[in-house]
Amino acid sequence: MPDSLILRASASYVLWAGLALSVFVLLRGHNEPGGGFIGGLIGALGFVFHALARGPAETRRVLRLDPLAWGGSGLLLATASGLPALLLHAEPLLTHQWIDGLPIGTAIPFDIGVYLVVLGFALAFVLPFLGEESA
Amino acid sequence: MVALIAIPLLTLACVPLVAWAVRRRPWTAPWLAVLPAALFLLVLTLPDGAAFRLAWIPSLGVELSFRLDGLSRLFALLITGIGAGVFLYAASYLSGHALLHRFLATLTLFMAAMLGAVLADDLVLLFVFWELTSLASFLLIGFDAHRSEARSAAQQGLMVTVAGGLAMLAGVLLLGRAAGSFSISEILAQGGGLADHPLAPWIVVLIAAGCFAKSAQWPLHFWLPNAMAAPTPVSAYLHSATMVKLGVYLLARLNPPFQDMALWQGLLVGAGAATMLAGAVLALRERDLKRKLAWSTVVALGTLVTLIGIEDPLAATAAVVFLLVHALYKASLFLIAGIVDKKAGTRDAMQLRGLRRLMPLTTAAALLAGLSMAGAPGFIGSLAKDLLFTVHVGLPGLLPSVALVVNAAMVVVAGVVATRPFLGAPMETEKAVQDPSMAMLAAPLVLGALGLLLGMAPQLVDHTIIEPAAAAILGRPTGISLGEKQGGALVLAMSLGALALGALVFLGWQRLQPVLAGQRWLDAYGPDAGYGRGMRALAAGAVALTRRVQGGSLRRYLAASLVLVFGGAGLLLAARGGLALPAPGLWATPAQLALAAVIAAGALAACRIRALFGQVMAAGLVGFGVGILFLTLGAADLAFTQFTVEILAIVLLVAVLARLPFHALDARRPGERRRDAALALGVGAVGTAILLAVLSVPFEPAIQDWMGQAAVPEAKGRNVVNVVIVDFRALDTLGEIAVLLIAALSAAVLLRRAGKPA
Repeated sequence: MPDSLILRASASYVLWAGLALSVFVLLRGHNEPGGGFIGGLIGALGFVFHALARGPAETRRVLRLDPLAWGGSGLLLATASGLPALLLHAEPLLTHQWIDGLPIGTAIPFDIGVYLVVLGFALAFVLPFLGEESA
Repeated sequence: MVALIAIPLLTLACVPLVAWAVRRRPWTAPWLAVLPAALFLLVLTLPDGAAFRLAWIPSLGVELSFRLDGLSRLFALLITGIGAGVFLYAASYLSGHALLHRFLATLTLFMAAMLGAVLADDLVLLFVFWELTSLASFLLIGFDAHRSEARSAAQQGLMVTVAGGLAMLAGVLLLGRAAGSFSISEILAQGGGLADHPLAPWIVVLIAAGCFAKSAQWPLHFWLPNAMAAPTPVSAYLHSATMVKLGVYLLARLNPPFQDMALWQGLLVGAGAATMLAGAVLALRERDLKRKLAWSTVVALGTLVTLIGIEDPLAATAAVVFLLVHALYKASLFLIAGIVDKKAGTRDAMQLRGLRRLMPLTTAAALLAGLSMAGAPGFIGSLAKDLLFTVHVGLPGLLPSVALVVNAAMVVVAGVVATRPFLGAPMETEKAVQDPSMAMLAAPLVLGALGLLLGMAPQLVDHTIIEPAAAAILGRPTGISLGEKQGGALVLAMSLGALALGALVFLGWQRLQPVLAGQRWLDAYGPDAGYGRGMRALAAGAVALTRRVQGGSLRRYLAASLVLVFGGAGLLLAARGGLALPAPGLWATPAQLALAAVIAAGALAACRIRALFGQVMAAGLVGFGVGILFLTLGAADLAFTQFTVEILAIVLLVAVLARLPFHALDARRPGERRRDAALALGVGAVGTAILLAVLSVPFEPAIQDWMGQAAVPEAKGRNVVNVVIVDFRALDTLGEIAVLLIAALSAAVLLRRAGKPA
């Protein structure tokens, strides 16, 4: 990988800016263009930039968990968001439940789950190609 | 009758309990025999016709229904009764074995499956339990998994019975379709009309094939003796009361509607007679006690199948009596063979001599069982033999003589197995031989004594067990009482003739056996050798096919996939006349046309440029062009996604290109390049045609309109695309992200392996 001072110095800022943008896109998605799919991809881009600058081993340290573990927890979260419907009113799985009068409901954790799966999926694919894993 | 469903299901629930208890407290092992014993008493007390139904898969008409009638009661009694003896015996036989808990748990599973199969009143339910017996017996036969002989025998048994099970499943589904119900009692209630159904021949052949595989009928008989690799209690159980009798059970169960069909009769009598003869010859040339008994089981199964195939009240009664007789003596003799093997250190009938003084009780049990097997007067075995000959006397062709010869052979086997090890001058053994503990002797003694008791007093079971079971096979009452003496002088002559002929051959068996064993062609061309050749050919064929199909060239895989998918789609489109142009209103604006030109230029450039980085850039042009095109169509979310994916793809490609050494950039010959170009153009043309055809279909706006209107009130969101993804079609999305994660998992495994040094 190119050893550039600017790249290395800016890496963590770009990562956090990218993550902030991705969460913004994730949350606005219900009303404006955006959502979990796109948010997850943007978040992945932030990490990919970080990995290009600092090496994937460093990125994995920032991630703390393996990308697959992030993806797995996302899948669990998305599935779990469908359960209240089953328990509350015996409706089919993934009929979202809303708090009366507020746009807050089980669709939000579902979208976060999608976000995490996409993020984990993209990083699990890309990180192994971005340099020596054991830096 | 809740007790009825509790029999198989509670036994099933006991499986982990058994494993846990025996593992923690090995002293509980012998006490497990209480479970089958209690079930035995329960089955004995339940009233005839007891039934239990519960909806299971109502949309397919499949029920969780159980029913107890004469036939299933007889089988359930054998399974639990002999099961109790086998459990008791096994606890001693394998006492101290590190995996005793696993063995007994698997045995419990097997018993539960057998009970479920014989009590099920639904064909699909019966099939489920049927396959469960195959799986459980696979585990039991392969219990000594460190021996390759046990492993291959377990695999062979599984292959044969499960292949038969597939045929049976097809037969069951056809039968359910023809009868309009999977309920066995409803099918039986329809009577003989089913035989005239156009599907009847298929049903008969498929179900018979499944039953023949399970019940080891010629030419599928070979797996049974190989299954002797199992521990002896398993052999005893599988052969006497369970596994192999299940095929007989189903044939008997489904006999009433088909019994007048010539095909049914021909199949059963033909296969049964061939099995009898093959089993008799193979039994005579065997000198290993267990394998010898196994071949005699093949003979017994052939006899039973033949009897079911004969439409005659007497044949049905004979089948039931013989089934009972065989279960009693076969379980007893197998258990005795296990005792002899364990104490004297060999199962070779040529070496075993004179054990009678050393193990008097074992000798007594062996004599009781052997005399019943030979059909000696006074034992229930002679009753079965008389019935058998009475049925066969009236039959045409060679069948009476086949019955005579085969029965004589059984007398020889009974003599060799039950008397030869015990009579004569004492043999030399390594350790002191003596009778085993009562836990191991109980079952052989009781079963042998039962053979004598029932022979003396058949009225004990005549109207309670035998007649109801025979009536179930026949589909109407038999009107036969065991008390009456069957047959005339001819039958008596045949009985005595079989005994005399058998005794004569027995005396000369020591000289006859080497001659028969010397017939090597029986091994070289038998079905067992054919099975081995078939399996080797299958493996070799798979290797050759894999080499051919999985050549390792990515370009080839891609070409094959594209040709198949797009070629197939194109042919389908052309054949169905789907080629069409959309209405002119949908044509593009000038800006979109310009974008399309940019995309096309990018695609062309990607093909023409030789430098890899240039190719990546050109491909990027295509991706971003498509993204902008989405924007002009108002699909902001789609464009957004397209851009992010495109960036990720380019980063990934560049990173890969920087890491991997690509020396030969493009090694294709001009001919190959032309072929690839033609393929690419073809794929593009077919794709375009498909899209045009899709667009030419009038658009149905109802769903779109509903989604647009419902998005805010129902899902609290103004972005309809996102609402569709996370709410309206959330279940689809859940499936998609699950697929994504599975793909990532597979990729991680592959990449990790590729990263490792070879």
